[in-house]
Amino acid sequence: MEIFLQQLINGVTLGSIYGLIAIGYTMVFGIIGMVNFAHGDVFMVSTFIALIAFLALTQILGATSLPFCFIAVLIGAMVLTSLWSYMIERLAYRRLRGSFRLAPLISAIGMSIFLSNLVYVLQGPRNKSMPPLFNDVIQVTQGGGYDVTLSVKQILIVAVTALLLAGFWLLVQKTSLGRAQRACEQDSRMAALLGIDVDRTISLTFVIGAALAAVAGVLYMLYYGVVNSSDGFIPGVKAFTAAVLGGIGSLPGAVLGGLLIGLIETFWSAYFSSDYKDVAAFSILAVTLIFMPSGLFGRPDVEKV
Amino acid sequence: MKAALPKLLLSVHGVKAFYGNIIALKGVDLTINEGEIVALIGANGAGKTTLMMTIFGNPRAQEGAILFEQRDIAAMKTHDIARLGLAQSPEGRRIFPRMTVYENLQMGAAISGQAHFAADLERVFTIFPRLKERSSQRGGTLSGGEQQMLAIGRALMSRPRLLMLDEPSLGLAPLIVKQIFDVIAALNKEEGLTVFLVEQNAYHALKLADRGYVMVNGLITLSGSGRELLARPEIRAAYLEGGH
Repeated sequence: MEIFLQQLINGVTLGSIYGLIAIGYTMVFGIIGMVNFAHGDVFMVSTFIALIAFLALTQILGATSLPFCFIAVLIGAMVLTSLWSYMIERLAYRRLRGSFRLAPLISAIGMSIFLSNLVYVLQGPRNKSMPPLFNDVIQVTQGGGYDVTLSVKQILIVAVTALLLAGFWLLVQKTSLGRAQRACEQDSRMAALLGIDVDRTISLTFVIGAALAAVAGVLYMLYYGVVNSSDGFIPGVKAFTAAVLGGIGSLPGAVLGGLLIGLIETFWSAYFSSDYKDVAAFSILAVTLIFMPSGLFGRPDVEKV
Repeated sequence: MKAALPKLLLSVHGVKAFYGNIIALKGVDLTINEGEIVALIGANGAGKTTLMMTIFGNPRAQEGAILFEQRDIAAMKTHDIARLGLAQSPEGRRIFPRMTVYENLQMGAAISGQAHFAADLERVFTIFPRLKERSSQRGGTLSGGEQQMLAIGRALMSRPRLLMLDEPSLGLAPLIVKQIFDVIAALNKEEGLTVFLVEQNAYHALKLADRGYVMVNGLITLSGSGRELLARPEIRAAYLEGGH
């Protein structure tokens, strides 16, 4: 029971991070029907931006207030990562729109390789680590041979995720920007007839997806304390799996899929083998695609003609 | 009947457009004056919808000029053309299926802004009370007639100078068709709204229109007042046989 509880806590934490990344996949797929394979690497870039920003703030500028540093790093990473993603879309994808369907996909794979190698060259092959932060731990249960703990880090990760998802949900549902985004997703030609700049809306989608991936990046770095230029791939594919599991194109699906993948992975590690935890996550991808290709929240839409 | 000197609102000169290598418009000429209802009739595949879309820049006119209030819009982007005051209820209606009726109307007002949104919404709900009842329902769950009302209502939300309607009667029950044509007539008569109407339902369209054009295979073959065209034997034979 204690082990179960502990894995639940760990799984939700990890799942939050996957969910944040998964939104970027699902939004971009929803609006242009393309899997942005570089999204995982955009996430990885954000972890490095976060690391560098944190070290610059604390070591060079001498900032001491931890909450201030955290918020500053979060905002800085969101802005810079969004800019990166905006440029990627402009340079590598926009021109290929209207080309054959595989073209932007191949371009995305190229961009993924480019990003991981760029960071590899700039930052070196070794793991980069940062001093551990927010290390206080709350004992949930004590005695009985296994102490269940909940770290401040974990609370912070889940709280920040929940807060940003709420803000993001409001943006998509209640603002004219979000409405334009949904309109382009449902029928971009019609949206253009109504005066919506579709290209701008697509750029915006990349920017929002990247900002959320950057939040995931900051939290990931905070959680593990180590980053590497190859860290984009595995979390990226897992978040993609989460998006597929939730039903690609569905925003609630991406979040739920992220949580499920996080839970499956941690429970698998705890009860079977942590060496094969990636197998568990990726098996889900295969199983979903074979038996439930539209995912949990795939669209069973009634569309009359 | 109308003002003595009609003011030209839209003119299309020698427009050619292609789908891939296939020529869809072979040099189309057409004009619409302010305050008119102009009908474009023709068989399926004649190029009527293509002309509607070409006016909005998608597909682009490869040759010729499209002038809206003397301004050449042939090379402009679709969303910029919409911002000039052209609105379209397109073929197939293209309601956003996973948005509510209200949100669809909000999308229609995307360019006209918040300032008179409430007034415009009230106007659309007065014209189509059914939409008010269905306000919080998803667009995809509406009936065909309701979707057509929504498509027209959405177009009206942008306060257009020129309202373009592509086959508003397609697939609808006769009673609803009559209702929709009455609305078009009233908008034109009471508010002076200029309407460009594409129809296969030639009888209704020509009866309503001030002027009409007939399109065959990507070319305008006949034009004249609605009444003239209705009286022509070749029109009767080609488009009105079998009653109405």
